Amino acid sequence: MNEKLQIEESAGYDRRVIDYIQRASATGLYEIRGLGAKRHLPSFDDLVFLGASLSRYPLEGYREKCSTRTVLGTRFATKPIELATPITIAGMSFGALSARVKEALGRAATALGTSTTTGDGGMTREERESSKTLVYQCLPSRYGFNPDDVRRADAIEIVIGQGAKPGGGGMLLGQKVNPRVAAMRTLPPGVDQRSASRHPDWTGPDDLVIKINELREITDWEKPIYVKVGATRVNHDVKLAIHAGADVIVVDGMQGGTAATQTVFIEHVGIPTLAAVRQAVEAIDDLQMRGKVQLIVSGGIRTGADVAKALAMGADAVAIGQAVLMALGCNSESYLAGDQHVSAVEDYARLGTAPGFCHHCHTGRCPVGVTTQDAVLEQRLDPASGAKRLTNYLKTLNMELTTLARACGKQDVHHLEREDLVALTVEAAAMANLPLAGTNWVPGRQTGKT
Amino acid sequence: MEGVKLFDLAATPLREVNRYLHRDAVGAGVKRVKILNADGAHSIAAGLAAPLEVEIDGHAGYYAGGMNMHAHIVVHGNAGPGVGENMMSGSIRVEGFASTAAGASAHGGTLVILGDAALRCGISLKGGDIVVGGSVGSFAAFMAQAGRIVICGDAGDALGDSLYEAVIYVRGSVRSLGADARFEPMSEADYAAVRELLEKANLAHDPKSFQRVASAKNLYHWNADSNQEY
Repeated sequence: MNEKLQIEESAGYDRRVIDYIQRASATGLYEIRGLGAKRHLPSFDDLVFLGASLSRYPLEGYREKCSTRTVLGTRFATKPIELATPITIAGMSFGALSARVKEALGRAATALGTSTTTGDGGMTREERESSKTLVYQCLPSRYGFNPDDVRRADAIEIVIGQGAKPGGGGMLLGQKVNPRVAAMRTLPPGVDQRSASRHPDWTGPDDLVIKINELREITDWEKPIYVKVGATRVNHDVKLAIHAGADVIVVDGMQGGTAATQTVFIEHVGIPTLAAVRQAVEAIDDLQMRGKVQLIVSGGIRTGADVAKALAMGADAVAIGQAVLMALGCNSESYLAGDQHVSAVEDYARLGTAPGFCHHCHTGRCPVGVTTQDAVLEQRLDPASGAKRLTNYLKTLNMELTTLARACGKQDVHHLEREDLVALTVEAAAMANLPLAGTNWVPGRQTGKT
Repeated sequence: MEGVKLFDLAATPLREVNRYLHRDAVGAGVKRVKILNADGAHSIAAGLAAPLEVEIDGHAGYYAGGMNMHAHIVVHGNAGPGVGENMMSGSIRVEGFASTAAGASAHGGTLVILGDAALRCGISLKGGDIVVGGSVGSFAAFMAQAGRIVICGDAGDALGDSLYEAVIYVRGSVRSLGADARFEPMSEADYAAVRELLEKANLAHDPKSFQRVASAKNLYHWNADSNQEY
């Protein structure tokens, strides 16, 4: 028999697909998992900057100042948010994350002069105390949502959708609903928490106008109101959110993470962040709202280059979730116990995975103590040392961002522009509406037009 | 009206009225406020956080008394969508009808609607009490987590869909129950609860004429038998 034929793997029915079919046939349940899309997608990696040379004049990388100051919520709020960097921390729930992790996020954000964001499940004391600037999410579930915290927040983010699951509600499996999480969410401990996908008290964009005004009335028009959408029909959604009166639009692309969502959602719903940011910016420009309504882009932002490219395409800021957790130790081989690194490899193996591949946030058995409510496991993340690592990571991104901006001749990272970018692939060029590198060709644009 | 601070929404912008209720009323020693010419304005008396007595004269728009804490609000008319949404404590009494999502995600307090309530009454309820003198539309108490809803009239389709721990008492007919909702026998504690809530609402019905609807709890844990209901 021909041995080559014996080991030929089917493209349509490879081991991954066979495993999916056999797992489904064994359980009768769809798979739920954490993190974001694992498939290859066109991304900011497919763009490069055109650094300055003769036709552009660079700034001295280590001497000349490059501002990262970012102001959000200037449209209607009487108290806009002023940040030292356009790199913010995305909404992630207490429930998905431990209170210790939420505290670490707040400490790092405060150290960097940026904001962090609550999530489904309400505001914890730890994150409010540790966060100088805290954005309070208003989600369909309204778990733990209350007027005292609305007033304690620095901004309010109405969450319409999430990049990992546009159109879907949240989910927190019972193993993570410990007594504190249960009390905050008004649920019995140990039962699955199924979040709604629609807000309970409004439907559609015209209602949203009135909902936003209610929140403004409750806060005496002081606080910026963000509206967050999962990236699908971005152009329409951004325009409708602006019409509804949002100060800030958050667009979360399909690379955005989750603590627990159906895999079929994560991999098959929504559009990549690269495509979403282009559409969002076009929508803002169509309504002549550039400079009045700010845009935050999230979903797969990992590096200073990603941040710089998002800004160059027209975003005012970015929000980071998964990479922030990785800075804290997510998918690391070990965790810190005092000064000692302790291997977590066996704990990953017990989950049927390994460091670098883990997406088992939904189980609550996080080997490095990040996505857990377990009293023992959560001790594996020390808020102080976690905050230090995260601060280092965010500082690195900020340095990379300013380095790239200086190389493009910008004294302010918000001066980065589309003209500074080209695409390396036809797909990225088409999605981002940028020329393919080395050509003047922008797929979809008629010849002779710019 | 002695001792009552009057506002006329035909003359004073709502923003000014709400700001006064939030910031100035308590300091000025005002305990009772009457708002005239509501004329369907939205978010009247939203976000109150003090034990004020507020009367709204006329029909209120969306979110009357939204996120209320401590205040006692009476609407002398009908109320638009989301009356008493996310209320934490205090009370709201609507003398007419209420539109959709009355008492949505309320964590506490008492919402009384003397007339009918439209779709999704008590949706996502988290601990408040709602008493409806008339009937409720479909999807009442959808995903309600805690609290009690008394319906003196009929209920529409999908009553109590995906309930958690909230309990519904209904006197009239129920067009259909939602996923995981079921009728359960009334206990003495249930009769006492209905009596207490009817007294609060000043409604005269025999508690024995109510049925109890609560969660069968089959959706509490993800499993293959839940099929499309999960």
